[in-house]
Amino acid sequence: MKDDAQARPASQGTWVGRPLERFEDEALLAGRGCYADDAPVRPGTLAAAVLRSPYAHAQISRIDAARALAMPGVRAVVTGADVEAWTSPFIVSVKQPMRHWCLAVDRVRYAGEPVAVVVAEDRYLAEDALEAIEVDYDELPPVIDPVAAAQPDASILHADVGSNVVSDRSYRYGDPDAAFAEAAHRVRIDVRYPRNSGTPIECGVVVAEHLPGGAGYDVLSNFMGPMSLAAVMSLALRIPAARLRLRAPRHAGGSFGVKQALFPMIVAMCVASRKAGAPVKWVEDRLEHLVGATSATGRVTTLEAAVGDDGRITALAWDQLDDCGAYLRAPEPATFYRMHGCLTGAYAIARLRVRNRVVLTNKTPAGLVRGFGGPQVYFALERLVQRIAVELGLDPLDVFRRNFVPSGAFPYRAPAGALLDSGDYAAVLERALASAGVDDLRARRSAARSAGRLYGIGFAAIVEPSISNMGYITAVLTPEARAKAGPKNGAIAAATVAVDLLGGVTVGVDSLPQGQGHATTIAQVVADALGLAPQDITVDVEFDSRKDGWSVAAGNYSSRFAGATAGAAHLAALRVRERLARIAAGALGCAPADVVFERGKLFARSNPGGALSFARAAGNAHWAPALLPEGEMPGLRETVFWTPDVLAAPDGHDRVNTSATYGFAFDVCALEIDRATGSVHIDRYATTHDAGRILNPALADGQVRGGFAQGLGAALMEEFVYAPDGSFRSGSFADYLVPTAMEVPEPAIAHLETPSPFTPLGAKGIGEANNMSTPVCIANAIADALGAGVDPAAIELPMTPSKILALVAATERMVSR
Amino acid sequence: MRRYSRGEQHRVEVVLDGRSREGRCESRMLLSDFLRHVLGATGVHVGCEHGVCGACTVIVDGVAQRSCLALAVAADGRDVRTVHGLARDDVLSDLQQAFRRHHALQCGFCTPGILMSATDFLARNPAPTEQAVREMLSGHLCRCTGYTGIVAAILDVAALRRERGGTQAA
Ligand code: FES
Ligand code: FES
Repeated sequence: MKDDAQARPASQGTWVGRPLERFEDEALLAGRGCYADDAPVRPGTLAAAVLRSPYAHAQISRIDAARALAMPGVRAVVTGADVEAWTSPFIVSVKQPMRHWCLAVDRVRYAGEPVAVVVAEDRYLAEDALEAIEVDYDELPPVIDPVAAAQPDASILHADVGSNVVSDRSYRYGDPDAAFAEAAHRVRIDVRYPRNSGTPIECGVVVAEHLPGGAGYDVLSNFMGPMSLAAVMSLALRIPAARLRLRAPRHAGGSFGVKQALFPMIVAMCVASRKAGAPVKWVEDRLEHLVGATSATGRVTTLEAAVGDDGRITALAWDQLDDCGAYLRAPEPATFYRMHGCLTGAYAIARLRVRNRVVLTNKTPAGLVRGFGGPQVYFALERLVQRIAVELGLDPLDVFRRNFVPSGAFPYRAPAGALLDSGDYAAVLERALASAGVDDLRARRSAARSAGRLYGIGFAAIVEPSISNMGYITAVLTPEARAKAGPKNGAIAAATVAVDLLGGVTVGVDSLPQGQGHATTIAQVVADALGLAPQDITVDVEFDSRKDGWSVAAGNYSSRFAGATAGAAHLAALRVRERLARIAAGALGCAPADVVFERGKLFARSNPGGALSFARAAGNAHWAPALLPEGEMPGLRETVFWTPDVLAAPDGHDRVNTSATYGFAFDVCALEIDRATGSVHIDRYATTHDAGRILNPALADGQVRGGFAQGLGAALMEEFVYAPDGSFRSGSFADYLVPTAMEVPEPAIAHLETPSPFTPLGAKGIGEANNMSTPVCIANAIADALGAGVDPAAIELPMTPSKILALVAATERMVSR
Repeated sequence: MRRYSRGEQHRVEVVLDGRSREGRCESRMLLSDFLRHVLGATGVHVGCEHGVCGACTVIVDGVAQRSCLALAVAADGRDVRTVHGLARDDVLSDLQQAFRRHHALQCGFCTPGILMSATDFLARNPAPTEQAVREMLSGHLCRCTGYTGIVAAILDVAALRRERGGTQAA
C-alpha cells in the first residue's frame, strides 16, 4: 500500500512525520519549473559576460576596452575604475585594511578573478567582446600553499595588511596544559582538508536593474542568503538596504551553500546595469563557476589529545590554519567559528586549547559549502579517534563509548560553549552497529585479510550543528573588540500564514529552498496546526525582500529549515488558529479554547455535530468585520519572527553556543582496496542519525543520500587543484570529478528521534551530517585497510587511486623488508 | 552541404514534441540555447555546456543526445523531443510518476535530461539490470539525490511496463 502516506491521517494522526510525496515534483518533472534563467525579464534586458584573470597574482597596468566597445551589439564595458567610482569595498569581519571589490581594482589575486564585465545585446556578442579587451598584467609571485603563505618571507597579497595571516586567535577552556602534563598518552594527528565544492548543476544567475531617481536596484537571482549579506551588498553599493530589492524565483537548481558566494556578482551586475542604462542578465557558465565562484576552506590542522590508558580523552589541542583564498569574503572566517562551540565533538572533554589562524593565498575566496566547517573539523577529530584506538591497541568502538557525552547528560554544555540540546549517542552507536551488521563486517575483514586482500572498517561519530548563531562569527574578535562592536546573537526565522477570502491558506517562508522540498514540508506542518490537508495549503517559496518577512538569518544554510523556518511556520499557523478560534467561538457556543480544528472543520469539543467549515469561519474576518468579536482585527494574516532563546552572544571567556540544535550521526564503512588499481570498493555503508523529530522521512532520507554522495565525492574524487604558478586545473566536470551513479552505493539509513527541546517542532537539521561524517569515515576505513603501518598524515583527501596505490606500494615495501 | 556565414540569421525548423516549430538563429547558436531561448522550451536545462553533466539531453530523431554539443542549424528538419513532451494531456508519464514516487529528484535541475535518457534507454532495454541502469545514468550528474531514487524509479517503470505487456512504452 504505497499510497498510504498520501491519505488523510486518522483523527489523532499528524501529517508531520509522513513520507508525503512532494508537491514540487509535478511542475519539475514536466519541465515547467521556473529557475532563475527561465524567469521572465524585461524586454531590452542586456546580457553580461565576465572577463577573468588568467593569472593568480598580477598588477594590472592597463585596461583598454576601446576595441570591445566598437564591436557589434556591445553597450558597455565595466572595469575596476567604475567599481571604484560607484561602490565601496566589501566589509570584512576582521578589522583589516583589505580591499575586496566586486571587480579587480589594480591588482588580481586569483586566477578567475573578475576583471571586467561586457554588456551586450546577447550573450554570444558579449562573449565575443571579451577577447577584444586589452589588459596588461605584470605578474607577481603567487602564494599557493597555505603554510608557505603564513611564513614571514611570503609574497604579500594585501600590502596594507602587511601579512597574509589576517587573523590569529588563541582560546583556552579549562586547564588543558595540566591535562596534557598528566596524561598517560599524547596522540597527535596532522591532516589537511582540501578545497572542494558542492557544484550545483544549476550555476549562478543574476538579473539586475538600476532604477532611476535614486530608487536603487532590483535584483532577481538564485542567491540563497544568508540575508545578513544584504547588508554587505547595500553598503558596497552605498545605498540603504531598502533600496536593494532582492528577489528569488520559484525554483532553484541546488546550492549546497555555494550560491551564497553570488553576492559580489550581484553587486557587479548592479554596477553593470547602472553603466549600461538597462537591465543586465548574467548567467554563470560552468568554467566560471568552478574557477571563480567559491570553494570550501582548505585547512591544515594539527590536533593532539591527552589520553588515559583506557582511551579516555581528557583534553584536546587544536592548531588550525584556514586557507580562505585571496580575500576574506563574508562570512569568512566563519568556516572556523560555525564549529567553535562544539570543537569537542560528541565527546565529554572538559579541557580544550585552540589556535585559529586565517591565511590568504592566491586562490578563489572560500565560503559556504554544505557541511560548512564540519568536514574540516571532523576529518581531524575522527581521524584522531581512530589513531587513539590504533596507538593504544583499543577497539575503536570502546574509545567512542568511553568518551561520548553520557546519555542522561543533555542539555550538555561543551567547554567552548555549545549547548548540546538533546541526544543519546550511545544508543545511536548501538543502532548503527546493528544496521551495519558490524560483526559480519569484522568476519568479512578477517576472511579478506587472511586471503591477502586489503579490507578495512572505518567509523565516524559527528555532532551536526544546525541553525547558526548569527553572533558566532564575533568569536573571532577579542572580548574587548566585541564589547566595542556591540553584541550579536540569535537566528531569526520568519514565516507568514494568511487565510484568504475563500478560506484558502497561503504560507510564505524565509528559507530560499534550493530543491529540498520545503513547500511540501511546510504544507504538512501548517495542515496539522489548522486541521486541514496539506493539499489545501499554498506555500510560496519565492522571495522578495520588499514584501516578505525576513531578517538577518533568512536563507538556505546551516540546516535551519526544519528547526527554525518550519518552526516559525508552525507558530504562525497557531496564531491564525487562535484568532479563528476566537472568531468562531461565539457561533459554536463554546470558549475559544474548546474549538477543535479537524478535517477542514471547526467545532466545539462537546458538540462535534455542530461544525462550521474552515472557509466559513475564516470568511467572517474578510466579509463581515462587523461580526468580529470585540478587539479582533479584520483580516487573517500572521507573521511570526522566531529566534532560539539559547543563542546568546559570545561571553567574556569566548564561550559561544554556536548553533541552536545539535544532531548526531554515527557512520560505519567497510571497503576493500584493489591492490592493482588503487580503487576503492565500498562493501557496506551504514549511516545512523538522530536529527530530532523528522518532519518528512522521505525527504530526510533524500537529504542523507545526497549528503552521502557528496561526502563520498569529497573522500575519493573531488578537489580544486592549483598548479604551482597558481593556475587553476579543475575548470570542467571532466577535470573536477564528481560521483556518478556508478560510484555511489546505497547507504543503509537508520534514525533515532530525540526531539530538540529548543525548537518549536522538536526538529533539527539533517542535511549536512554526511558531508561531515562520510569523508572521514571512508578515510578511516582506508587507513584500516592499509594497516597500522601506514603514515597517518598520508591519508589525505581526496583518496584518489594514485594516492592509494602509492600507499599500497609503501606498505608492501615495509612488509617485504 | 549547406554553408553558413557568421552573423547571418538562419531559419531552423524542427518538430518539437510533436509540433512543427521554427525560429531564427545564427549558425553558431547551440541547440540548447535555441530550444530554451528561441523556442521557449525552458525544460531543457544547461548545467555545463561542455557535454558532461547531461542536463541538456534531448531526443533527436529517436536518439538521446546532448543539446549543448549540437548546433541548432544541424537540427533543422529533425524531430526533437524534450521533457515537455513526456506528459500527455497534463498527466505525467509512467516514468515521471515513478520519479515522484521514488523521490528521484530534489532540485529537479538534472531531471529533464535524465528523463530523456531514461526514455530512450527503456525503449531499447525493456528489462535492464540495475548495473545497466547505473551505466546509462553515468552520463548524467545529479548533485542532490545520490541517484538511489533515480535508479529505483527506472527499474520500477521497467518492471511495471513488463507487467502490462509493454503497452505503455513512452
Ligand atoms: S549542459 Fe549539456 S552536458 Fe551539461
Ligand atoms: S535533483 Fe538536483 S541535481 Fe539532480
